[in-house]
Amino acid sequence: MKSLEVLSAAGKLALSRLISEVENETSAGRTALDECFSRSGKAHLIGVTGAPGTGKSSLVNRLAQLIRREGNQTVAIVAIDPSSPFTGGAILGDRVRMRDLSGDPGVFIRSMASRGELGGLARTTAGVVQLLDAAGYDLILIETVGAGQSEVDIARLAHTTIVVESPGMGDDIQAIKAGILEIADILVVNKADRPGIENTERALRANLELGYSHRVTGKAGHGGFTEENKVVDAEEWVPPVIKTIATEESGFPELIKAIVEHRSYLQKTGLLAQREHERLTDEFDHILRHTLVQNWKAQTSDEHVQQIMDAVYKRKRSPANAVEELTRTSN
Amino acid sequence: MTDRKIRVLIAKPGLDGHDRGAKVIARALRDAGMEVIYTGLRQTPEMIAEAAVQENVDVIGMSILSGAHLVLVPKVIDTVRKTGLTEVGFFVGGIIPEEDVAVLKVAGVNAVYGPGTSTVTVIEDVKSFAHAA
Ligand SMILES: Nc1nc2c(ncn2[C@@H]2O[C@H](COP(=O)(O)OP(=O)(O)OP(=O)(O)O)[C@@H](O)[C@H]2O)c(=O)[nH]1
Ligand SMILES: [Mg+2]
Repeated sequence: MKSLEVLSAAGKLALSRLISEVENETSAGRTALDECFSRSGKAHLIGVTGAPGTGKSSLVNRLAQLIRREGNQTVAIVAIDPSSPFTGGAILGDRVRMRDLSGDPGVFIRSMASRGELGGLARTTAGVVQLLDAAGYDLILIETVGAGQSEVDIARLAHTTIVVESPGMGDDIQAIKAGILEIADILVVNKADRPGIENTERALRANLELGYSHRVTGKAGHGGFTEENKVVDAEEWVPPVIKTIATEESGFPELIKAIVEHRSYLQKTGLLAQREHERLTDEFDHILRHTLVQNWKAQTSDEHVQQIMDAVYKRKRSPANAVEELTRTSN
Repeated sequence: MTDRKIRVLIAKPGLDGHDRGAKVIARALRDAGMEVIYTGLRQTPEMIAEAAVQENVDVIGMSILSGAHLVLVPKVIDTVRKTGLTEVGFFVGGIIPEEDVAVLKVAGVNAVYGPGTSTVTVIEDVKSFAHAA
């Protein structure tokens, strides 16, 4: 799968089938991820998150449309909707708002169900994004499940996280939870054509100033306390607040500019590489843990584990003591 | 490990503006554990084929109330098959005269559902088309 092949219809079908393999966690999917890894890491990953109905899909649609119109960058979109916890089924409806993109060979849209994950993404979203990245898409827009809580998972995956708010969502400060502001690189107040936009914007800015006061006032590093985990002494990024109307084009030139600026900020400060390293270390740790557990289980008798667990159920051993015993005897 | 989910595209080709029936079917299939991609009103055959490719669906359901099924359905099937998605199953919902049902089946439709069809029937059928794929 070379980058250009994907722009052909046959290449897209092949890519789409590979995405299903990754999504279904098959061995073909794992092989594909392994093989394409060295070609990934080039795309700019943009997360779009926020409460249900704030206009995430409409915003992704407009953003992709304008990026396509402006330049020659290709765009892939991954849109996640929740799976029902009871039946495992899902209705994936984000494409309804993305009709403007149909017929453009430089755009690829894939809907995903969360399949039991609670953090706003599916467990395999990172893998699917890696495939799209390796396929040569320049920008990848990731729309999370609309939950409005702190979707930290998207901040870990994306280079630039856009948090979308809109007027009249349960209202002001209550709706704008600290967690979600902390993950925002760019704050969008969408539906700027609606009444109440000023209140929402004011509440956002007030919250933002609380979180960033030392940065906004420019006192960081001068007044005697320094931040521990600073990468370089460059200016810190303060999330801009941008008003948009996703059903029109209002605010989008500013939004695109902010994305470009954030990207170059990440590059300039070395944060891009740092985020990438953190994410890969996370992934490595996760797989290591999983593999070690699987290997250990394969060479340990279930009966023996059961015996020790019975002792735990009877409160004769603590879980920690059980692990100590089991890992000692299996060696 | 996640099991393979059946993915169904529910499409509304043509110009009629009602999607109540489509939404009822979408919900029924979701409640049967499937992943249903809903794309909204007024889809051209090209839009349906493009979505089917990008979403790698097993089955495509079309809801048509405009009476244009004899034109639209074969066009959609043809456009989808040309993309290389040759194993997809198709069903049609709407008010389709008896004599047209046979024509649609020859064109490649697996099943046609009139008003009042039980969702249980649709669910069972969709599972069988998907597994045949
Ligand atoms: N007035 C107005 N309506 C908008 C705007 N942006 C989106 N909408 C409408 O808001 C509704 C929800 O938009 P979506 O884009 O589906 O929102 P979403 O955040 O993706 O929703 P979920 O994925 O369900 O969480 C739709 O009816 C849109 O047409 C806007 O800027 N102004
Ligand atoms: Mg959406």
